[in-house]
Formats: sequence, C-alpha cells, structure tokens
Amino acid sequence: MKKRLMSLLLLAGLLCAVLTGCGDGSAEETPEDRAAANAITVGIAQDLDDSLDPHKTVKAGTREVMFNVFEGLMKPTPDGDLTPAIAENYTVSEDHKTYTFTLREGVKFHNGDTLTAEDVVYSINRCAAATETGIVQVEAFSVIEAVEAVDERTVTITISEPSNEFISYLTTAVLPADYTEQDTAPVGTGPFRFVSRTAQDSIVLERFEDYWGTPAQMDKVTLKIIENADSLMMSLQSGAIDLCSHLTSTQVDQLGDGFTVAEGTMNLVQALYLNNAAAPFDDVRVRRALSYAVDKQGIIDLAFDGYGSPIGSSMYPAFGKYFDEDLTDYYEYDPEKAKELLAEAGYPDGFEMTITVPSNYKPHMDTAEVLVQQLAAVGVTATILPVEWESWVSDAYTGRQFQSTVVGVDAANMTARALLERFTSTYGSNFINYNSANYDALFQQALATYDDAEQTALYKAMERDLTENAANVYIQDLADLVAVRRGLEGVVFYPIYVLDLSGIHYTA
Amino acid sequence: MKYAARRIAMLLLTMVIVSFFAFAAFSMISGDPATAMLGTTATPEKVAALRAELGLDRPWPVRYVEWLAGFFTGDLGISYSYGTPVWELIAPKVGLTLCLSLLSFMLIVAVSIPLGLRSAGRTGGRLEWLGTVMNQLGMAVPPFFTGILLTWVFSTMLHWFIHGQMPSLTQNFGGALRYLLFAAVALAVPRIAMTTRMLRSTIRREMERDYVRTAISRGNDRSGVLRRHVLKNALVPVVTFLAQTMAEIVAGSIVVEQVFAIPGLGRMLVASIGSRDYPVVQAIVVILAFWVVLSGTAADIVNQRIDPRLRMGGRT
Repeated sequence: MKKRLMSLLLLAGLLCAVLTGCGDGSAEETPEDRAAANAITVGIAQDLDDSLDPHKTVKAGTREVMFNVFEGLMKPTPDGDLTPAIAENYTVSEDHKTYTFTLREGVKFHNGDTLTAEDVVYSINRCAAATETGIVQVEAFSVIEAVEAVDERTVTITISEPSNEFISYLTTAVLPADYTEQDTAPVGTGPFRFVSRTAQDSIVLERFEDYWGTPAQMDKVTLKIIENADSLMMSLQSGAIDLCSHLTSTQVDQLGDGFTVAEGTMNLVQALYLNNAAAPFDDVRVRRALSYAVDKQGIIDLAFDGYGSPIGSSMYPAFGKYFDEDLTDYYEYDPEKAKELLAEAGYPDGFEMTITVPSNYKPHMDTAEVLVQQLAAVGVTATILPVEWESWVSDAYTGRQFQSTVVGVDAANMTARALLERFTSTYGSNFINYNSANYDALFQQALATYDDAEQTALYKAMERDLTENAANVYIQDLADLVAVRRGLEGVVFYPIYVLDLSGIHYTA
Repeated sequence: MKYAARRIAMLLLTMVIVSFFAFAAFSMISGDPATAMLGTTATPEKVAALRAELGLDRPWPVRYVEWLAGFFTGDLGISYSYGTPVWELIAPKVGLTLCLSLLSFMLIVAVSIPLGLRSAGRTGGRLEWLGTVMNQLGMAVPPFFTGILLTWVFSTMLHWFIHGQMPSLTQNFGGALRYLLFAAVALAVPRIAMTTRMLRSTIRREMERDYVRTAISRGNDRSGVLRRHVLKNALVPVVTFLAQTMAEIVAGSIVVEQVFAIPGLGRMLVASIGSRDYPVVQAIVVILAFWVVLSGTAADIVNQRIDPRLRMGGRT
C-alpha cells in the first residue's frame, strides 16, 4: 500500500514538474510581448507547400503571402491602379510599341545585391519563354519582340502590337539573374524579406531595412499555419495569433471584444460552373433554367449571414469599370420560369445531377448545400460530390471530367483579360468547355483595341455573352472577413487576392 | 542471437512490405504529383514535361525499386512540394510526435495499471458503478473533443498554456513538453479507459483460476496472491494490448496534432497525401511501420521477462 502511494506521489510530482515547465517559459509569447517587439503572428489556413519562386508559384495562398516579398516594374495599388515599383517612371513610344523604363537608383535585393537592368531583362524573358520546367508562362508576354538593357538603369521592351493591358503584366516579380535558390530561399525587392519556412508550421518574414520605398511598419511577421478551423479560432482567442483573414461570419461572431473585424472582398467569381459540353448542360435552356432556379441573395443570406456581393457574370465589383451591374439581376429568381424552361428542354420532371466540390473549401460546400435545396424546388435532384482539392484540379479542372462544380475563380492580375480569356473556346484552361463564336470574336477585338473605353465596352459585351448564354450559374464574390486584434490596424484590401502586411501597425 | 537476427529480418521485411503497398496505393489514387504541383496552371504538355522531369512517366514498380534502393542507401529523396530533402523536412517532426506519443503512453501506463488493479481487487464496491460509467464515458469520447474541451478550460479560461503557440522542442524542452501534455491527455483518455477495463477483466478471470483458490485456501492473503501471482499472469495480454496502443497512439496523434496545432508527423502525413508529395508520404509510412513493429518487439521482450515460458523464441 505504501509503495503504491509512493509511486502515485512520484507521478504527481513528475506531472507538476512538466506542468510548470521545468525551465522557465521564456518562449511563451503573449500579444503584449509581441507588441513590445513590434511583431505580429498571422494565422493562415494553408501551408505554402509550393515553390517559393514567384515565377513558379501556382497556389493562390502562396502568392497571397509572397506579395510582400516580391515586386515587378509596376505594382498594383488598393484602388486597382498600377504604380511604378522598381521602375521610377516609364514612357511609351508614339506607336505604342516601345516601353522605356527608368529604374530607381540603388534598389537592393534582399541578399544585398543591387538591382540592375539585366535582372529585369532576365526576369521578363524567363516568364515569356518558360523553358525552365515549372515556370508559369505569362501568355501576355507572347507579344514581346525584344527586352533590352540599354544601360544600368534603363530597360526597353518592344511589343509587336499596341496593347493597353500589357503594362498590367509587368507586375511580374523581378528576381536577381544569378541566384539559384529561389525555390526554397526566395530573394526579391519587396518591403519584407523571407527568413524561413518550417513545413506545416510557420513562415517568418522580417522588415527589409534597405527597401527603396515606404518601409514596412512591423519588424517581424510570423505566419502560422493552422488548417483546422476550430484550432484557428482557439489560437485567436488564446492570444497565439493576432490577425487572420478569410473567416466566416459565424467564426467572426465567436470572437468577442478583443478583435475588430475588417470587411473586404475575396475577389473570386463564385459560381456553379457548368460543363457546357456535358448533357444536360449542353442545352442553353437547361443552363438558363438553373440560373432562374437559383436565388443568389438567398444563398448569401442563408450560408453567409448576408455578407457577400451577388454577381451575374465572370466579373466582380472590385474591378470597377469592367463590372456591369445590370447583369447581376439578368435572371431574376423565378422557379416557375425555370420549370417552364426545363419542360421546354425535355425535362418536365427535372433530372439528376452531381455538383463536384473541393471539400476543403467550406464556403463552397455551404453554397452547394443551399444550391441542392433550391434546385430541388424545380425538380432537379442534385448530389454533392466532395473531392480533395488535388483531385478537383486533376479531374475536374484539367481533365474536365465533371458535370457541375462550385468553386471561386480568381484573377492573377488586374486585367479583365485575366478573368475572361479563360472561356474562349481554344483556351487551355477553359474547363467548362464554353464555346461561343461571338465570345471568341469579341475577345480578339478587345485584344486588338488600344482605346480604353472601346476595349472596356468589348469586355462588357463578353460578360453579357456569358450571362445571356448562362455559361455558369453565377453567385457571388465572397466577403473577406479579417479578424484583427485590438491595438492593431492598417489592413488594406486589394481587388486581387493578396494580403498586404506592410501597412499593419500597432496604434499605441 | 539467432532470435535477434530473425527479429531484425522481420522488421525489415515488414517495412518493405508496408512501403510497397503504400507506394502501390499511391500510384492508383486519382490526382498525380505533377497535376497537384501545377495546380490550375496545368496543361497536358506541362504535366507531361513535369512528369518526365520527376521520373513519373515510368511504371511505378520501377520507381518503387529505385525508391527502395535510395532508402537503403539513406537517400529519402526530395520533397516535391517543398523542394528540400525529405529527411530535413521530417526529422524535427519525428521528434515531436515521438515525444507526444511517449508522454501519452506514460500517462496510460501510469494511470491505467493502478486503476485496473484497484478496480479488480474490489468487487461490488459502492463506487463500482461510478467506475463503470467513467470507463464507458472515457472510451466513448473522441480525442478531438477532449482536445477542444481541454483547450477551452486550460487555455481560454485558465491561461495555463497558449493554444497555437507550441514552444520549440530544441529551444524550450520543458515548455514544449508542457504544451504536449495537454494533447497527450486528450490522446490518452480513451486508451486509459480501455486498458483499465482490459486489465480488470483479465485479473478477474485469473482470480477464478484453480491455483488462486489453492493459494488462498492455503492461507495466503488475497492481495498478496494478486500481486505475486495473478498480476504476472494477467500482465501478458495487457502488455500485448499496450503495444497495440502504442501504435494506435501514433495514428490518433494525427487528429490531436490538428486540434492543438502541433507541427508533427501526423499533420505532415495528411498534408503530403493531399499534395501527392509521395517521397514524404513514403518516408513517414516507413517510420510509422518501424514504430509499430518496434512496439510489438518491445512487448515480446517485456512479456518474456514476465513469463520465462515465452523465452527462447517460443510462442503462445
């Protein structure tokens, strides 16, 4: 009996020792410690398990964070404009075919090297040719005839045809020409420099002291990877993380007084994408019927507590001049009309369909669930097929083996082309198999037009074409809710999918 | 000696077989590393080029033999997702998951054996029903729920630890262990309940045996018989069960690591299966297989210490 008591006491002692932490808890970091050190921890839901070379990065989540590390000749502004970044200014020749960039003096890379015109030439050529495996080719660079370094600080780019969108693509990151470790230890010119990446744990960025422009306010930013939604919420509440974007309205409600919530847009075209080549969606009447059967506002109210902006074509409001508000309500919610159209198309009793959804995206899953209900009201029996993201990419997106799918499509840069070119019939990633001669012709016209107003009108006509043919059942641009610990401010939203950390700072 | 050699051969063979099946299964599921890496920028030409570069255009048995050759020469390959050597990527995570599992295992042994003995020794006590209820409850509660509950109480309310801020194992070992303890408890609760129940029923069965009745009728006191004779006999199946538990803890840690945001092997495994990063998956699968076989071996050795009849390679 005594022995047992002894061993129990021993165990209790051991547990106490472990509990009190043996040594001191010096590594315990509270929000106050971080404020004192001018550092923050940001929670992100997915790892940057991708090449960190910006010319190879394919994941939106990786681009979103690395936006802080890289810059191009130009960079986007929160209003959707472009501003010279490493270029000080540029001129365009009379025939609109030659761009001459003067680079800022003494722009430094994070490895201490000074940026030269040669680095610009290297970076643009690398993305234009894409001969290295893994480089994501910039299609718009196919018009480039020559990129030349005239002197240390002057670069000229000659293109074959005038294009007023060309400049938007020059946000492509400029990298040092002779550096080979970009995949794992990236080097750019941005306000933050990359420090380390620990797989499935964290990414550390630090302020780049030699930045040419307004320096970042934070000394250090740690991006903590927490995939589990419950765990993410508990980490916000425990004080482990200070800022987290892409939260749902339900999550935001749980947060309490310690946080403020910034509301922006996700800049995604969320829709029920329809495979236009697969029955029954090869019939425009069926596609229109579904568009009438779906109540966008109903989805937003039911699944998103009213946060979100309804859309009616492949364009979202943040794009300003390209967004055509009239298309949003082109198909007013009308289940009776939907039934009529279905009957006309030969489906008086509806039909069965599957909605493929990448299951790790909760907003898309929630949307799909409401869609199933709404479609049932017009006699269409929809079944959700949840798949892993990787399977979605290989089967639905690349293989085009799907009937319908709920996802959000984003724009890689701030041109209408980034959203609209993908549905031209010959485009490699036209995953919905959209095929409209009118649409293709409009796109060619838009490409060839230099006048901005005229081009905008053409893009709007393309949007209208998508809407009239009910290419997809367009739903919304999701709201982006960002939780920010009280005492911190400076969250800025862009019309593209990026998280700008440079302006975030402590108020006191 | 012969016995040890046979053991090691078994260990290697098991690992090879497990890795073979993992490799085969992985080559058959939909989505391949090249499309996963290229994501939405994939075109058939680019996928083909990347597959060629990664060597994925060759049949999988060939690739498996190559992988095996690399494995035996200490080369686990390069992660597709991270572009860094696999071993560098997973080494810190092995340590972390090992600590979590051992901590949890220690808890299970330290709590369930005294508890099992106690509850077996007393039949029909006033508190027996309470024990049974607690036991059932313990077995029924999944670790992720216990994990959320523990976090809520000890992190959100009492601030004993900061959820989501795991100290580094190398820089602050004590702090890291302290953080892991909460996860270990969540992991241990159902296993403690199961082990206690198992021990109790084995002891009770053993107590009804003839030799026990004889020993008691010869004037030995009950608790003395329990400790000197019954426990030894009852422990053999329990040790075997604990070895299984050891393996199951590692599986359970996948969930608990998610809940407690611990950057361990389990999360890494799930993520790399998702991104089809098979060099990483293979390495983790082999480590887990090693772990399982090792626990089995350890159990056999312990059992042989307890019961000499099992020595010399004999089997029950």
